[in-house]
Amino acid sequence: MVRKAATKKASKKSNAPQLTKEDDLYAYKEMLLIRRFEEKAGQMYGMGLIGGFCHLYIGQEAVVTGIHMASKEGDQSITSYRDHGHMLVVGIDPKGVMAELTGGKDGLSKGKGGSMHMFSKEKHFYGGNGIVGAQVSLGTGLAFANKYRGDDNVSLVYFGDGAVNQGQVYESFNMAKLWDLPVVYIIENNRYAMGTSLERGSAQTDLYKRGESFGIQGEQVDGMDIRFVREAAARAIEHARSGKGPYILEMMTYRYRGHSMSDPAKYRSRDEVSTMRAERDPIEQVKARILESKFASEDELKLIEKEVRAVVVEAADFATNSEQPDASELYTDITINDVQE
Amino acid sequence: MSIEILMPALSPTMEEGNLAKWLVKEGDSVTSGDIIAEIETDKATMEVEAVDEGIIGKILVAEGSKGVKVNAPIAVLIEEGESVGDIDKVKPEPVSAPLPEPVEGREQANSAPTFTPANDPDLPDDVEMVEITVRQALNEAMAEEMRSDGDIFIMGEEVAQYQGAYKITQGLLDEFGEKRVIDTPITEHGFAGIGVGAAFAGLKPIVEFMTFNFAMQAIDHIINSAAKQLYMSGGQVNAPIVFRGANGPASRVGAQHSQDFSSWYAQVPGLIVIAPYSAADAKGLLKAAIRSPNPVVFLENELLYGVEFEVPKLDNFVLPIGKARIVRQGADVTIVSYSMGMKYASDATEKLVAAGVDVELIDLRTLRPLDMETVLTSVKKTGRCVIVEEGWPTCSIASEVSAQIMEQAFDYLDAPVMRISGKDVPMPYAANLEKLALPNADEVVAAVNAVTYRS
Ligand SMILES: Cc1ncc(C[n+]2csc(CCOP(=O)(O)OP(=O)(O)O)c2C)c(N)n1
Ligand SMILES: [Mg+2]
Repeated sequence: MVRKAATKKASKKSNAPQLTKEDDLYAYKEMLLIRRFEEKAGQMYGMGLIGGFCHLYIGQEAVVTGIHMASKEGDQSITSYRDHGHMLVVGIDPKGVMAELTGGKDGLSKGKGGSMHMFSKEKHFYGGNGIVGAQVSLGTGLAFANKYRGDDNVSLVYFGDGAVNQGQVYESFNMAKLWDLPVVYIIENNRYAMGTSLERGSAQTDLYKRGESFGIQGEQVDGMDIRFVREAAARAIEHARSGKGPYILEMMTYRYRGHSMSDPAKYRSRDEVSTMRAERDPIEQVKARILESKFASEDELKLIEKEVRAVVVEAADFATNSEQPDASELYTDITINDVQE
Repeated sequence: MSIEILMPALSPTMEEGNLAKWLVKEGDSVTSGDIIAEIETDKATMEVEAVDEGIIGKILVAEGSKGVKVNAPIAVLIEEGESVGDIDKVKPEPVSAPLPEPVEGREQANSAPTFTPANDPDLPDDVEMVEITVRQALNEAMAEEMRSDGDIFIMGEEVAQYQGAYKITQGLLDEFGEKRVIDTPITEHGFAGIGVGAAFAGLKPIVEFMTFNFAMQAIDHIINSAAKQLYMSGGQVNAPIVFRGANGPASRVGAQHSQDFSSWYAQVPGLIVIAPYSAADAKGLLKAAIRSPNPVVFLENELLYGVEFEVPKLDNFVLPIGKARIVRQGADVTIVSYSMGMKYASDATEKLVAAGVDVELIDLRTLRPLDMETVLTSVKKTGRCVIVEEGWPTCSIASEVSAQIMEQAFDYLDAPVMRISGKDVPMPYAANLEKLALPNADEVVAAVNAVTYRS
């Protein structure tokens, strides 16, 4: 039998799926938390409280939020260094994330990992990977374990439009389809890999088609509109969970900030960024809908905003006051059962 | 004419096996490809196929025989018309290969070739010295070489339009155009391989890795494809390619982005490995690397990119590969280092000299081939040596230098050689732990005090 990969482009607005009041309000709050958290992290970086590389997720909030809404407890997730939002959305304590950013002992990795390397076994979050593309093989391995154990968990693997060109992505695609592993590949196409635009780095720019030769279904999704993200995610996750193997979602999204804090982002126009912000912002879209359908009033949304700000301020205070790890931590956690003198 | 069927080897290491079963009997005719017997070893059972056509004249080794030597005749095949009686005339030929010659007569390889580097060129008396950053020095080296040789091109992530993630390739796209200054996708293994292939074809690629952490994706091509090519091809095909980029610990970027790969590459025969500290060495050695017919791994350091040093203003400033630099002459102790390690070593030297210790400071500059001659000459004079590096201590450059001093200058030593290295841990992110993980000048001073018995 010849299996043909069915791939499709982003659907049109007219038949947008609807979210319930509860879902819309959840999405609003969750995306706002990520946005405010990232803005705070940016500020703290500017104050020298955070060092090294720090990659913000601002603009892409709908992707991780919509995917999470379609997932269930037990599903794993894994991503790149642009990982703060992915942790917040699965319920990892913002205090632990922020304290890791400042390198405090109360950070998620005791201050030893930093912005790019955080993990939570409890929340099935496997990082936090600094090597572009590595998470694709690793995430496929998580799916392998799910199938091996016979549980019904799905591995959610996030990677960028730049990562999509790494060879190991295709090695993983092949095995994922060969063995029908329960994995959803979520390509966060924010149009740039550092300073390289999609067109300058990719021969095939329709990234949802990248699994076609392996027989992996893919679709392109409006990643700025949580309704489409969630709907497509539900379809993809159901596909993987029911034993049909991998699925690719190309999320059309955008990062508002530079690649990392040190990127002046001269490779794109200010206009491009401001148009995106003004016309496509994922949070503004939900907000407008909530108001229009009278799910909540302006005042009620202000209350949510206030709550979110309080959480972020608390995380920042916590992180600022988290002490540096004890010097004795230098030689811990290298291998298990280290022989201690 | 009759043909002997020999006991086959099932693997390159098999010496004997059991003849488990005959599937033919005397008088049967066989054609090539027929299965005639089963033999077994401790690992496997295999079927033996007839190679020739004929009649099984005689079975020489009975079914069930154990320990039948490889190449022993197990049956005789006769031709149509020959009689079984003819077989007895078959004179068994010697079956086993001649034994190896006695050990004394065994072939001996020459010892590994020694490499004698040239000395640094003498600078004209009136040479003008200019202060430039390591970044600028590297940039000038590439631009100058590219101007004089159209076969040189550079490729890597963000090297062209973005002008380099660390701005080492600033301006090159403008001057040399898209054909020679090439942005790649994030595909290290692929573009390293493409670079090596282009080098096989005679071009002279400079492959930039944004940092050497990402060269781990490509290390197969650096080692398996580039380093071994000349040898594997019996000297026919070389790979004149430079792999360059930032190596070693950077600042607060955590475990996956902060690592020194010096000793990894320095271990590989076929590679040249260079790790300069100063801007002058960066410039002179990068030019030499680009001109080299060999694959060169050129290890830069991100934290040195912005540091200024004096560089002679000359049109053609090229330094010899494989030659260490004696940065300061002294009589009491030898400090050996390279790359960023030189910062700690120089700071320590300053303190030690102020305290009356006459330090001889050596910058290795090239890690393969290693200029042990300069180091040994110095150690024979001072009798003491401390080696400083940022990399992990196990199997490091310092380990190698120390071992060679022990082998070649043991009698000259007045104290054990000491190594100051990065700590044996992945790089932590927290500022205080990161500082502890790195070597520092005080550790170097303490080591010198220990080997000079001043502490
Ligand atoms: C193997 C490897 N090569 C290069 C880098 C340097 N690098 C870090 S992020 C990045 C761009 C990745 O872009 P993309 O996959 O689109 O993800 P985004 O940053 O847009 O989220 C590069 C080149 C790296 N970390 N790992
Ligand atoms: Mg991108």
